[in-house]
Parts: sequence; structure tokens; C-alpha cells
Amino acid sequence: MPYGETVDVLRAHNVRDTGVPGGRVVMFAHGFGCDQHMWRYVAPYFEASHRVILFDHVGSGGATAPYDVERHASLDGYAEDVVRICAELELDDVVFVGHSVSAMVGVLAQVRAPERFSALALVGPSPRYINDDAYTGGFEPADIDDLLSALSSNYLGWSSAMAPVIMGNPERPELGAELTQSFCRTDPDIAERFARATFLSDNRSDLPLVTVPTLVMQCRDDLIAPMQVGQYVADAIPDSSLVVLEASGHCPNLSAPNEVIKALDTFLTREP
Amino acid sequence: MRTAAAEAFQRALLDDDPVALYERAPCGYLSTAPDGRIVKTNQTFLTWTGYTADDLVGRRHLVDLLTAGGRLYHETHLSPMLHALGEAKEIALDVVRADGRRMPVLVNAVLDRDAAGEPQVVRIALFDASDRRRYEEELLAAKRRAEQSEVRAVRLAQTLQQTLIPPVSPQITGLDLAAAYRPAGAGDEVGGDFYDVFELGRGEWVLVLGDASGKGAEAAVVTALVRHTVRALAVTERSPGRLLDQLNAILMSSAHDRFCTLLVIRLRQDRQGWTASTSSGGHPLPFLLRPGQRPEPLGQHGTVVGAVESAYFFDTEVVLGPGESLFLYTDGVTEARGDAGFFGEEQLVEALSRPVGVHERVRDILGQVLGFQHQVPRDDIALLAVGVPPNPSP
Repeated sequence: MPYGETVDVLRAHNVRDTGVPGGRVVMFAHGFGCDQHMWRYVAPYFEASHRVILFDHVGSGGATAPYDVERHASLDGYAEDVVRICAELELDDVVFVGHSVSAMVGVLAQVRAPERFSALALVGPSPRYINDDAYTGGFEPADIDDLLSALSSNYLGWSSAMAPVIMGNPERPELGAELTQSFCRTDPDIAERFARATFLSDNRSDLPLVTVPTLVMQCRDDLIAPMQVGQYVADAIPDSSLVVLEASGHCPNLSAPNEVIKALDTFLTREP
Repeated sequence: MRTAAAEAFQRALLDDDPVALYERAPCGYLSTAPDGRIVKTNQTFLTWTGYTADDLVGRRHLVDLLTAGGRLYHETHLSPMLHALGEAKEIALDVVRADGRRMPVLVNAVLDRDAAGEPQVVRIALFDASDRRRYEEELLAAKRRAEQSEVRAVRLAQTLQQTLIPPVSPQITGLDLAAAYRPAGAGDEVGGDFYDVFELGRGEWVLVLGDASGKGAEAAVVTALVRHTVRALAVTERSPGRLLDQLNAILMSSAHDRFCTLLVIRLRQDRQGWTASTSSGGHPLPFLLRPGQRPEPLGQHGTVVGAVESAYFFDTEVVLGPGESLFLYTDGVTEARGDAGFFGEEQLVEALSRPVGVHERVRDILGQVLGFQHQVPRDDIALLAVGVPPNPSP
């Protein structure tokens, strides 16, 4: 089925629209590997003061949106999806909070549709994962092949019997057996393609094109997006600031949610 | 014996104290701080990996013991699962041993939180999965090969299919012609239905529509043979019935058990208009459609072609006037099965009663038959309609 007018965009991306109706919009986007529940310790805090939008990227969590092999071969396709969701909800003042690869998805979406976004908050961003001459992304091409093989070794964690549970349930409970089954589990074919789109991307030239205030949240000890990469992003985006979180690892939204909340809250207050 | 068994039981019980249970468990144990720093490990893990406790405890993180890909997988899957769900199960990773070699393991892990809900400790059990991983890799490779073969098979089927029906409907001066073809299912197999339209000479054409026995490659062999034999025979044999007779003999003498049902119609233009000469070899008769009249089957039934030596076929002639047409179909139409049973001949006759041109006729019938079975035909469908254009309205 072609992705077009016939698809209910909100349902297709398992969009959850909560918080204060009519309030300032904060849109949370998950990265490679998991789904919108990556934000389960962070998003609820902002529901008291903001309109909060959560969604799943194609192939992840509860998304039923058709995967387009060509369109989703690059992050542009994912950015296009984000813009479609914003258009469907008629949003024009979005604070886009993107984790991991979705940080760059947010950058591309903002560059593509500046009228939709008023600020970006990037958690663990990396415009390029693979080292390149003077640039240190942290990985060699062989490392990415190794990830693909780790993904395929974990094929067995995903069986087609699980697909209906994962793909087709818009009303998902916060944390149930279902989440246990679906969280971090993606159709292996899509996962491999998403991994390529993510880890082979190079969006360094898009960074200077960002036209909204941007917050870069960098973990002190992140092996996917090391400190110098976060610094690179903050240096390249014109109106940006860097906050270093004391958390370690690549997922402070899960491992140190309070630090993320504090940094984001401060940013939102500063960029009303 | 009883006493010996009881003594053995006692010894095992005493020997397997909690320390031995931990240190010498048949799986590796690691405990880490929430940030992954190793705080404790058992002897089994050290023996497997060649590290000492001093190498690891307080110095290394779990991710330090993984391959680059494993580290990425840890950060994007394992760690999020632990923090969001509290546990992760059956994760396949490679541990890099002290000597640099990889050891495939299956990992189960739980995250314990303190009373305030803050992450406290991660407990990890690792199982040696060397043999299992080798087997799984073979399975995966076999799966990939199977998937590739399937892709090739579908491509082959589609390419072959295209050679068995005319790439485009030919234009016949003075006649309207429309055709449609839908293979059964998802189009991953060559269908048994086929049709052909070719010119014998000026104002003289042959229409062929049939249904070969079997499916896939076997049906394609019959189809190709029948199609080319009919073309060759039609050059010298003007009677469709006698043509079928010769075709029957050829199929009977072929080594394989091949047969088909077939309609052959010869169209000849003369001063009166178009004369159609038709013969059926075990195939549903074509419908003669005349404005204002009920659709009628045209001709007489003959035997299936290639099934018996003593076959018989009949020729039937009709002159097609302006606005009159013939409609040829395969049993994929009448035997289409939907929620309400078979599509059936009655419904077909009703559908054919609509006074429309041949192009809309074919579109209309195909649409109805596909709609009847939710767009997924269980059998091949071939349709052919040929008619004399109506006189311009006065």
C-alpha cells in the first residue's frame, strides 16, 4: 500500500497526544532500537505544563506505517514522517526532542519544514558515526558490520508470531506483558535497514542550516556519541548550547531521567 | 545401596553451599553498578574468559568485554530494556576473552532498584552458546538462501508468464479486442491459463484461450507447447475443430501426461462482416453477445485436449454483426469462490447482459470476479472479448 492520503498518519505512527490541550507542544522522538517508551520516565513530567506528542518510527513499537525501502533508506524519510505528523496535527510551534538518531531526524525536519518547529533538544546526537579524516565519529565501518551481525544473531528474539502484537495495537498499556514483548523488538529486516540508515548517515552539512534555538544534551560517558561529537554538533548549529549530563551510557532518558528533565525544563523556560 | 545413596545425597548437599553454587555455577555471573562497572564475577566466568578478578572488578565495564557491534547493541537494546523493563532475556552477544578470541554467549540480565526506585545493581547470567550460535548461523544462512531462491523463483515465474501471453493486445482493423489476465494468488507462480491472438493473413485472425493442466513450470511447458503448435497448425488447417484434433494427437504422443482445455476461434472478414468459426476442446463455451438478447453459449462441447486418443471436436460458425461480440473466459471466473459460494455461470450471464463495449466488458467482469474473492484470485483468470463495433448512431 502506498503511503499517502489513504493512511491515517496518526494511527500509522501510534501517535499519543497528551498533556495540556492547546499548550506549547513538546514532541519526543525515539532512536534506533526501541520505541516511544524510551521516554516513559521523562515525558510524563511535561504533561502537566505542555502538550506532549509521542510516536513510533516506522517499523518500531506500535507503528503500522508501511516501510518504504527507498524512502526510509535515509534519515530524510524519517524526517518526512515527522513533518507529516506535525502537519496532520497542524502544529507550528513544536519543541522537538530527539534521542540518538532522532536528533538528526529532528535537524532534517527543522531544515525541511522550519515553519513547524520553534526549538530543538538533542539527546546524544551524532551527525556521523564513522570516523572520517579529521572527524572522529567513534566507529569504523567494520564496527557497523559487527552491529549488523549482532542484530542478526538476535533474530531469534523476534518471531513472526510476535508481529501482530507489536504492529497492531494502538491502545497500548503503559507497561504490560505486551510492552515486554514489543519494546526493543523490530522486524529484523527493517532493523537492519534502519541500522544502515542510522550508522552510515552523514548529516554534518545540515547542522549549520538549523534556524531555531537548540539544546545539545551530552552524556559524560557515551560510547555511541562521545563528548567530542556532542561538542561538534553544538559548535556547528548556530544558536545552540551544550549541557553535559553526569549520566553515563547512551540513554540518559532511561538511566538518568531527572537530569534530562532538569536540562529540558531549563531550556523550555529560557526559550518560551 | 540405600545407605550409599543417602550418604551421596548428604555429601552433595554439604558441598553445594551458596559460595560453591555461585562460584562454580554452570553459567557465568557478573554483577555491575547501574553504569555497567563490574562489581562482582564468579569463577566460571573467569575460567571461560581467561581474566582474573583483579582485571575486571572495579576496573572494567560490561561493554568493555563486548565487541564493537555488541557495544552498539548493548546501548541501543540491552540497556534500554533493562532500564525500561527491569530485565532482558536471551540476548545473543560475543564476549571478548583475555586472549582476544570471541566467545558467543546468551545473556539474561535483571536490574534491581533500591527502596526509592533508583537503579542499584545489574545481575547478569551468561551462558556459553558456542555450539548453539554455530547452528543458528547455519540456520540463518539457510533462511537467507531460501529467501533469495524465492525472490529468484518469483522473478522467473513472472518473466516466464510474460512470454506466455501477448505483451500487448494486438489491434485488429475492424474489430474491437480486449483481454485480461490475472494469475492466482500473489503472482509467485506461473499460471495455467493462457491466451493468444495472431494474424493469419489479411482480415483473418485466430483467437486462442485455454487452461493447461497443473501449475508452475509443468503448466508453462504445456502452455508454450500448445501455443506454438496452434500457431504452426493454423497456417495450414483452417478448421478449428480439425486443428484441435491434430493438437490432440501431438499432445498424446508427447512423453508427458499433458493436457489442457482450449478454445480456438478463427475470424474471417468478408463482405457480410466477420465470420467466427469456433471449436472447444473441453473448455467452457464462449458467449455470443447480441444487443437486446440474452447471452448464449456458442458451439458444442468437445473433449479435453491431450487426454484421450478418441477425441472429438466440432466447428460452429456465426456471423458477427455490428454491436455483436464474443466473450471467452476460463473457469477462474465461474469457479471463483467468495463468501457467498461460487461466482457461477448465472452471475456471469447476468454480468454479461449489460450493454457495454468489449473494453468496459472485460474491465467490468474482471472487477466483479476479483471483488467477489476479496481481490485475491484462488485460480488464474483469463478473459478475452472480441466484437464488431456498433454502427454509429443515426
